[in-house]
Amino acid sequence: MSINNEEFRPKIVAFCCNWCSYAGADLAGSSRLAYPADVKIIRVPCSCRVNPMFILRAFEKGADGVIICGCHPGDCHYSTGNYYARRRMTLLFSMLDYMGVENGRTRVEWVSAAEGVKFSQTMNEFVEKIHSLGENVRLGDLRCKN
Amino acid sequence: MQRIGVFVCHCGSNIAATVDVKKVVEMVAMEPGVVHAEDYQYMCSEAGQAKIAEAVKEKNLTGIVVCSCSPRMHENTFRTAAKRAGINPYMVEIANIREHCSWIHKNVEEATEKAVILARAAIAKVNLNAPLFPGESRVTKRALVIGGGIAGIQTALDIADAGYEVDIVEKTPSIGGRMSQLDKTFPTLDCSACILTPKMVEAAAHEKITIYTYSEVEKVSGFVGDFTVDIRKKARSVDANKCTGCGVCQEKCPSKKAPSEFNRGLNTRSAIYTPFAQAIPNVPVIDRDACIKFKTGKCGVCEKVCQAGAIDYTQQDEIVTQKYGAIVVATGFDTIKLDNYDEYAYNQSKDVITSLELERIMNAAGPTKGHLERLSDGKHPHEIVFVQCVGSRCSDNRGKSYCSKICCMYTAKHAMLIRDKYPDVNVTVFYIDVRTPGKNFDEFYRRAVEEYGVNYVKGQVGKVIPQPNGKLLVQGSDLLDNKQIFKEADMVVLATAIEPEASVRQIATMLTASIDTNNFLTEAHPKLRPVESPTAGVFLSGVCQGPKDIPETVAQAGAAAVKAIGLLAKDKLTTNPCTAKADELMCNGCSTCANVCPYGAISYEEKEVNDHGIRETRRIAVVNNALCQGCGACTVTCPSGAMDLQGFSNRQIIAEVDAICR
Ligand SMILES: Cc1cc2nc3c(=O)[nH]c(=O)nc-3n(C[C@H](O)[C@H](O)[C@H](O)COP(=O)(O)OP(=O)(O)OC[C@H]3O[C@@H](n4cnc5c(N)ncnc54)[C@H](O)[C@@H]3O)c2cc1C
Ligand code: SF4
Ligand code: SF4
Ligand code: FES
Repeated sequence: MSINNEEFRPKIVAFCCNWCSYAGADLAGSSRLAYPADVKIIRVPCSCRVNPMFILRAFEKGADGVIICGCHPGDCHYSTGNYYARRRMTLLFSMLDYMGVENGRTRVEWVSAAEGVKFSQTMNEFVEKIHSLGENVRLGDLRCKN
Repeated sequence: MQRIGVFVCHCGSNIAATVDVKKVVEMVAMEPGVVHAEDYQYMCSEAGQAKIAEAVKEKNLTGIVVCSCSPRMHENTFRTAAKRAGINPYMVEIANIREHCSWIHKNVEEATEKAVILARAAIAKVNLNAPLFPGESRVTKRALVIGGGIAGIQTALDIADAGYEVDIVEKTPSIGGRMSQLDKTFPTLDCSACILTPKMVEAAAHEKITIYTYSEVEKVSGFVGDFTVDIRKKARSVDANKCTGCGVCQEKCPSKKAPSEFNRGLNTRSAIYTPFAQAIPNVPVIDRDACIKFKTGKCGVCEKVCQAGAIDYTQQDEIVTQKYGAIVVATGFDTIKLDNYDEYAYNQSKDVITSLELERIMNAAGPTKGHLERLSDGKHPHEIVFVQCVGSRCSDNRGKSYCSKICCMYTAKHAMLIRDKYPDVNVTVFYIDVRTPGKNFDEFYRRAVEEYGVNYVKGQVGKVIPQPNGKLLVQGSDLLDNKQIFKEADMVVLATAIEPEASVRQIATMLTASIDTNNFLTEAHPKLRPVESPTAGVFLSGVCQGPKDIPETVAQAGAAAVKAIGLLAKDKLTTNPCTAKADELMCNGCSTCANVCPYGAISYEEKEVNDHGIRETRRIAVVNNALCQGCGACTVTCPSGAMDLQGFSNRQIIAEVDAICR
């Protein structure tokens, strides 16, 4: 069912916390603020639910970029979840960079429930960045790439 | 293996116009576990839900995937439908193919492909779902209202009238809020105190209402239906039970130089004071920073003159701990600081004032006893210029991006009141737009222009320059005539933007309620749940949620009360079953998880385990389901991978990742 085999269609996983960013994505939708269909959202209760394992798994399975979105610092529904996420991801991303998964392929962004515009902008930027980086060749289980 | 039914919704044309729903049905039918797939016009309708029930019965479904709008919209609807059809409600997952797909993509092929992938992810998840069973928790039949402005008072009265106990916590020495500072109110021009004071009295006299003034919320724990709150009653230095409110102490107090907060610092008050004459309770407090006794140990005049023997210099702060089922936030607003707006010369001239200061000046109990006069020299003004939108609708970061909503109306009110009482005073209003969308509001504004001859100029003020002769040179533009205007004024009044009361940030953090980038509290849904916070059991009343005038505040206060009453009327609540759970065999009792849990839900127990035939007693993490809110922090922090979150388990999320990256 692929649209055009020649064109690079990145696989992008976006983890969005239920309380802010998922709602922000909903608002982007109801405001009809487009971003590329390459982005697929997974709903998690809080950004702190995102286990580094999930991100490694995504890259292993052929993702070209992973973005984690949560509430703004101080606004996490569970008070402190996004602080944990921020620390964990800082560490993970620098390790991934060291392993050849460039920093541009991973991102943490704070998007509130009211920021539909920011959600769409962020996704547009992120997809553009992934396009500039091209396909991810590191970490990938070669059997997953076709 | 699950037996999964997939239901693809057209949502009229909302989905079907961009997503080829037939194709989605065809594609998902091939997924593992799927035994039934169909599409329908409106899945959320009666008929749509009936289709689910039918399929459950016919095909013996154990799991359901609905491809539709956001789960934030209809997750509950479909869970309830599943329950009615006889399957566990937590066996339902939703693929959001409207907000996250059809509404943002144009290309049908692309959108359809994405919808299929989102559906696959949901199917992969449901394959790993397990039935979950919500627990029950009790409801404490008492409400807490934080903030005693008109919003808090109205909410408390409505809840109390329904028969429930209510406590109001107000941080200043009296309830009343900003409304008690206003002189007259638009659009009817009735006197603010005349309509507010009876409500304050009613609240104070109500047998179901307890008022804690000069008090603050210090700590909140627990959850919907069962919050535990510590209230700090600050030391008043006056025994409220003995004080008769005679006021002699305030008269005799020799320290009279403290700026009056109530009069916005335009005059002073004594160290022992009640903020205003109609204060409730009518019991003064000693401002320890201004009191000579507290500063030097000498004085003690108030103690000597108090007939009732109510003065108590040794009084300490007191912590009251109370349980509540519901909490209403009504912390209101303040006007913004004008430090970023040097061009209006607010800090240079006493005759440049804010509108709230003008309210005090116009009020008979205010610093000028209600006479309109210049604060610099006490002279009667002849030219007054009003500047609208000071700090509101601001495109740079000096001010606020939003419209403060009330300023157009109160400026029209001020202009009219001044022209009515002092026909010799010329009033000019500089405005960007006049916004009067309310009942009888435009008529009110037109009266100001047509009957009272207020001079409205469309344009902004660039600068206010204090002149050596004491006047103020106002430099502005007239956009309609396209010319510069220079006007000599005696007073300039700034319609200053309003912002949420600063302490709302701490309150929101304590309640884990969310606030937006402007510090206004966020509602659970901007249209459909406007008075509820996303945090269960927390409700919003008044300007803390967004700019409002009094009628709107009172309406919202009533709505918040109804929501709180709806909660208090229940005896039991069902709790979220998506809680954390430690695998007994993997947990090594390291305590890492308990350290990150924001709710203190994790404790440790010595448990008998059977680890592949080895029977021993181990220290194991146990999650209290009533306390766990399901954030998942512990699951990621656990070094042994023992902790997992039900409903969002590691395996489920990985299955979604796999489906998306396939
Ligand atoms: C200059 C001016 C003129 C106005 N004129 C009119 C008019 O003519 N007609 C009209 O309809 N509206 C008018 N308004 C709007 C009106 O003032 C508001 O709609 C109304 O006061 C909102 O009430 P509230 O209870 O939400 O907030 P507030 O009145 O601000 O009350 C909030 C209360 O909560 C308390 N509080 C705050 N934080 C805490 C905390 N952390 N703990 C405990 N207590 C706390 C505060 O001390 C205060 O008592 C005017 C506003 C201004 C600025
Ligand atoms: S999921 Fe969150 S609330 Fe529940 S036990 Fe773990 S850390 Fe605590
Ligand atoms: S962090 Fe993991 S291993 Fe440590 S106590 Fe908690 S559940 Fe057990
Ligand atoms: S709930 Fe959004 S980051 Fe924690």
